[in-house]
Amino acid sequence: MTATAAAARKGRSNGLLSLFTLGAMPSKAVRGGLQVASLLVPLLLWTAIASLGLVDEKFLPSPQAVFRSLASMAESGILFQDIVASTGRVFGGFLLATLLAVPIGICMGVYPAICAICEPLIAMLRYMPAAAFIPLLIIYLGIGEEPKIALIFLGTIYFNILMVMDAVKFVPKELIETTLTLGGRSRQVLVQVVARYSLPSIIDTLRINIATSWNLVVVAELVAAEVGLGKRIQLAQRFFRTDQIFAELIVLGLIGFAIDTGFRLLLRLSCKWAV
Amino acid sequence: MELIVNNLSKRFGEKLILDHLSFSMKSGDFMALVGSSGSGKSTILRLIAGLDQPSSGSITVDGAPVSGPGPDRGMVFQKYSLYPWLNAAENVAFGMRLQRMKAAEIKERTAYFLEVVGLSDAATKLPRELSGGMQQRVAIARALATNPSILLLDEPFGALDLQIRESMQDFLLKLWQRTGLTVLLITHDVEEALVLAQRVHVLAPNPGRIIRSLNVDLDKTDLDQLRLSSDFLSMRRSLSATMRELEPALS
Repeated sequence: MTATAAAARKGRSNGLLSLFTLGAMPSKAVRGGLQVASLLVPLLLWTAIASLGLVDEKFLPSPQAVFRSLASMAESGILFQDIVASTGRVFGGFLLATLLAVPIGICMGVYPAICAICEPLIAMLRYMPAAAFIPLLIIYLGIGEEPKIALIFLGTIYFNILMVMDAVKFVPKELIETTLTLGGRSRQVLVQVVARYSLPSIIDTLRINIATSWNLVVVAELVAAEVGLGKRIQLAQRFFRTDQIFAELIVLGLIGFAIDTGFRLLLRLSCKWAV
Repeated sequence: MELIVNNLSKRFGEKLILDHLSFSMKSGDFMALVGSSGSGKSTILRLIAGLDQPSSGSITVDGAPVSGPGPDRGMVFQKYSLYPWLNAAENVAFGMRLQRMKAAEIKERTAYFLEVVGLSDAATKLPRELSGGMQQRVAIARALATNPSILLLDEPFGALDLQIRESMQDFLLKLWQRTGLTVLLITHDVEEALVLAQRVHVLAPNPGRIIRSLNVDLDKTDLDQLRLSSDFLSMRRSLSATMRELEPALS
C-alpha cells in the first residue's frame, strides 16, 4: 500500500510518463478518459481514412455506410433473426458444456482418483481442434442445428472441465475438514462448500470460455447454415458487401462484450463476498 | 464423556510421526499439548477428529472407537476457519443446518452462541469484515453450536497478534470456566498452555512422543496477575528449558 502510494507520488512529478511507473494508479478520471479513447481513437482514425479516400471504399467502407447497412438489416429483421440464431446456438452448446463440465471438474478437483482417470484423456481431446470435428459432426448429425451445437459443446467442455478443476483445487483443505467435523456428508461438502467457494472462479471461467463458443459459432455457420451472423458474413462476401461484413463484425463484438459484462454482473451480484 | 488415547502411533510412509502416545480426558478437562514443529501435535488432533487414521493404537470416545469425523468432536483450525460467503450468524448456523436441526432451534442457538462469544453485534458481518480474533471466536461458536462433547483447538490463536492472543486466551479461559467445556488445545506456546490448561503434556519431536506431563494448579481468577506470579514464571521457565533441550542445535 505504502509502496504503491510512494510510487504514485514519485510518478506524479514526472508528468505523462508517470502513467507508466510500476505500481502507479492513475485517477479514476484519467482511467475513464483512456478507456473512452481506446474506442474513440480507432473510430476517428477509421473515419479520417475513409473520408480522405485513402483506401478504396470497396475495401474499407466508411463508418456511415456501415451504420446505414446496419440500420437496413435491422429494419428488414434480418439482423434480429441472425442474432437470435447465433446466440441461441452459442448458449445451447455452451450451456450443455457447462452443465457437464462443472460437476466433472469439481469431482476431478476433489477426488484424485477421478482426476487420474479423466485428466490424460481430456488433456489429449483438448488439443484436437474442435473445427476438425466438423466433417464428422455433419456425417453424424446432418446439417441442422445439432452439429453446430455439438461443435460449440466440443470446443468448450474440455477447457471448462480443466479450469473448474483448477479452481476447486484452491478451496482450503481446512474449510473442507471443518465441514466434515461439523457433521457434513460428502455431498454436502461438495455442493455447499467446494462448489460454493469456487463459484466466483467458475463464473470467471465461463466468462472466458464463452468467447471460444462465440468463435466457433461463426465457423459452424460458414460451413452450413441458413441464418446467423456468420452465415450473413459469408453471403456478404459473395456480393462484395464489405459494409455488411463490417456491420456484422461490430454486432459480433458488441454481443460478445455484452455477454462478458453479463458474467461480470452475475459475479458481482452472486458473490459479493469475493469482489 | 471420556476420551482415551492408547498407545497411539502414526506413520506417513516410512516416517514415524507419533510414537506410542497415551493420555485420557474426562468431561470438563482442559488439556494442552505443547510441542515444536515436527512433534506431530497437529497429527494427534487430526487423528482424534477422525480426519486421519492411526497406524496403530486406539482412540475411543466413551468406549467407542473413532472411525471418522463427526460433530461430537468440534474442531477449530488456525487459518481459513470461516466460510467467506456467509456472515457470522450464518457461519455459526452452518453446522446445525448440515445436521438438519429445526429452523427455530437453529435461530435460537445461533443467537445464544454469538452472545456466548460476545459477537451479537457482528451477526450480519462477513468474515472479511471481522478481525482475526473475532473470526476465531465465530469459529469457536460454530463448533460449540453443534453440541460437541470435546472441542479440539489446533493453534487457534497462532495467527493473531500478541495482544489479541492474550485477550483471546482470557476469553477462552472464561468461556471454559463458565460453560464447563472439554477442551484439547494444541500449541507451541508454553505460556499459552500454562495459562489455559489444567494439565499440560510436552511433546518431543521426531518422532512425536510425550516426555513430560504436569498439572497446573494455579489461581486463574486474574490472568494478568497470573502471568507475572512467581509460581507461573518458574513453571514456564522449567517447561521452556525442557523444550530447549529437545532442540539438538541449541543444547
